[in-house]
Amino acid sequence: MSSYLSVRDLKVHFPTVDGIVKATDGLSFDLEKGRTLGIVGESGSGKSVSSSAILGLHRKTSAQVSGEILLDGTDLLKLSDEQMRRRRGKDVAMIFQDPLSAMHPYYTVGNQIGEAYRVHHNVSKKAARARAIEMLDRVGIPQPDRRVDDYPHQFSGGMRQRAMIAMGLINNPSLLIADEPTTALDVTVQAQILDLLQDLQKEFESAVIIITHDLGVIAEVADEVLVMYAGRAVEVGTCKEILTHPEMPYTWGLLSSVPDVSGDTNARLIPIPGNPPSLLTPPSGCAFHPRCPHRDKVEGDLCVTTLPELAPGTRTETHLKRCHLTNPDAVYEREVLPEIAPDLVEEER
Amino acid sequence: MLAYVIRRCFVGVIMLIVMSLVTFVLFFASPVDPARYACGKNCSPELREQTRKSLGYDKPVVVQWTNFLKGVVQGRDYPDDPELRAAAPELVTHCPAPCFGYSVVNTKTVNELMKEAFPVSLSISIAALVLWLFFGVLFGVIAAVRRGTLIDRGIVAVSLVLYAFPAFFIGLFLLKFIAIKWQWVEVPVYSPIAEAGVGAWMTSLLLPAVTLAVLYMAGYVRMTRAFVLESMSEDYVRTARAKGLKSGRVLFKHSMRAALTPLVTLVGLDFAGLMGGAIITETVFNYNGLGKLAFDANTTNDLPTIIGLVLLLGTFVIVANIIVDVLYAVIDPRVRVG
Repeated sequence: MSSYLSVRDLKVHFPTVDGIVKATDGLSFDLEKGRTLGIVGESGSGKSVSSSAILGLHRKTSAQVSGEILLDGTDLLKLSDEQMRRRRGKDVAMIFQDPLSAMHPYYTVGNQIGEAYRVHHNVSKKAARARAIEMLDRVGIPQPDRRVDDYPHQFSGGMRQRAMIAMGLINNPSLLIADEPTTALDVTVQAQILDLLQDLQKEFESAVIIITHDLGVIAEVADEVLVMYAGRAVEVGTCKEILTHPEMPYTWGLLSSVPDVSGDTNARLIPIPGNPPSLLTPPSGCAFHPRCPHRDKVEGDLCVTTLPELAPGTRTETHLKRCHLTNPDAVYEREVLPEIAPDLVEEER
Repeated sequence: MLAYVIRRCFVGVIMLIVMSLVTFVLFFASPVDPARYACGKNCSPELREQTRKSLGYDKPVVVQWTNFLKGVVQGRDYPDDPELRAAAPELVTHCPAPCFGYSVVNTKTVNELMKEAFPVSLSISIAALVLWLFFGVLFGVIAAVRRGTLIDRGIVAVSLVLYAFPAFFIGLFLLKFIAIKWQWVEVPVYSPIAEAGVGAWMTSLLLPAVTLAVLYMAGYVRMTRAFVLESMSEDYVRTARAKGLKSGRVLFKHSMRAALTPLVTLVGLDFAGLMGGAIITETVFNYNGLGKLAFDANTTNDLPTIIGLVLLLGTFVIVANIIVDVLYAVIDPRVRVG
């Protein structure tokens, strides 16, 4: 029995004059209804490109998409453009990062939300408007019957994102992709939006993919986590596994660069050195090796020559990692944890 | 909004007054002596002074300028001589307010000259505008939608070639081949809409309008293409596609609306500029429009006509700007004030 959403060996390649940019290079994951998958990674790791591929948003002239995206048993990549268009916004919906630029400045909020409803339902403008008001009310916009005629610039940032969510959920999609839904928002508003997303997910029983570079968001909402680096998954597991026993040095790096306000002030913020790799000419072997501080613990130059498989680590069958380290737990506890959370180490002793 | 328009109009009037002063000063700062020009080749110094006096160029510039402004408000008589008016009223031309002056060269008031030339220029400009806007935007959008293909490259290449041709070449080419050699259309002679009717009016405008339209169209194709391409990469267009909208609706409702906004500005200013700027086209087809009038006035040092045209064409630019700004507020809700 396969999952509700099953992505197999997804590749999104962009041919350019300089060569092929492999934005996503062999991504596989599964997601059940009612569950939330968090995809984490730096800018340019292929998070957004992969999710756009699920929605079929890449133009065939500029991108080569291959692999399988099975949604409820149907391979979305095999659908015709018209078939995919009919599913877009209805079965699969997307919420974008910056709601100010993601909403059309010249049309009212109600017009844009109602439009999303009318594409997939043969209803009058009036009915679509009523449905838009209903959705605005559901996402917590006060006085929705009046605000429905406002333009996006008359909304605050948080309200705009609520309106985007209303637009995404108006057709009860079974899969919702939220691409950095809280990045452009105040911290206080972020929490509200995440709560709202979780409430709505329970209500609609949809599968949700949250794309973010913020591990705080992941800890808040995700059931499963997929860490991406240079277009590939480098660690996959449940939220708890990834956050408490990460086994891949890149995930350690991400954890080390998150400030912890409640924790020990002696804890250091350690940024990952270097820059994300070029997707045009990715490093040989493990793409993370030029920035990895632990590659001397691997014998020979395995990290430079061989791409590690995404394989179960030392703990469970579902916790996968793409790393040559044989004793990641020991390294993590001995070298990484004391740096980022000294108080935690103290307690254990 | 109304208060805004009134304020803009007020500023516009001040600008026009300043423009008239600048034109006066520039005219008299030039080394050419208008009196000598008017009085001809074999002109004695006495005769020259007499001509200067009769043209009114003997008074200080500021006095001439205030007289001009007075004429605009009250109207003027030419020549403004009470004795002559009493003795022989038929020799005095009265120019009612707003009077922009009397052209000695043309022996007509400037108002009359402009009234004759204005419909010609307006007709050509409107006809050209309709043509270049329709085809420019059409081909621009086609090129943008089919970007990277042979169609796109063909449209861009052709528009670049057309852009490179000077107006007189296109004008003469159309006149010589289409009208004279192959006789597909008659040699155009301007026929006013009131006398000849709509059909003849439009036929008479075809060649000059096409000449101008070809030049402007080339630029508009490229600009439309660029604006549409730019708007197609906007986040809100991606949102529209993510909603599952059909590609036609994405293009026309979401992409084009944003792309055409900057075009409105260009159209307004290009149209105003064309009203007095189609000199070459008007000359090639021998249409007595404002551009030709301005050119002739400059070659004959006809100050009153020059002043009148400067103010008239300046008014077009100012009004066009106000209209464009108001249109902007209509198109873009973010610009709307109070």
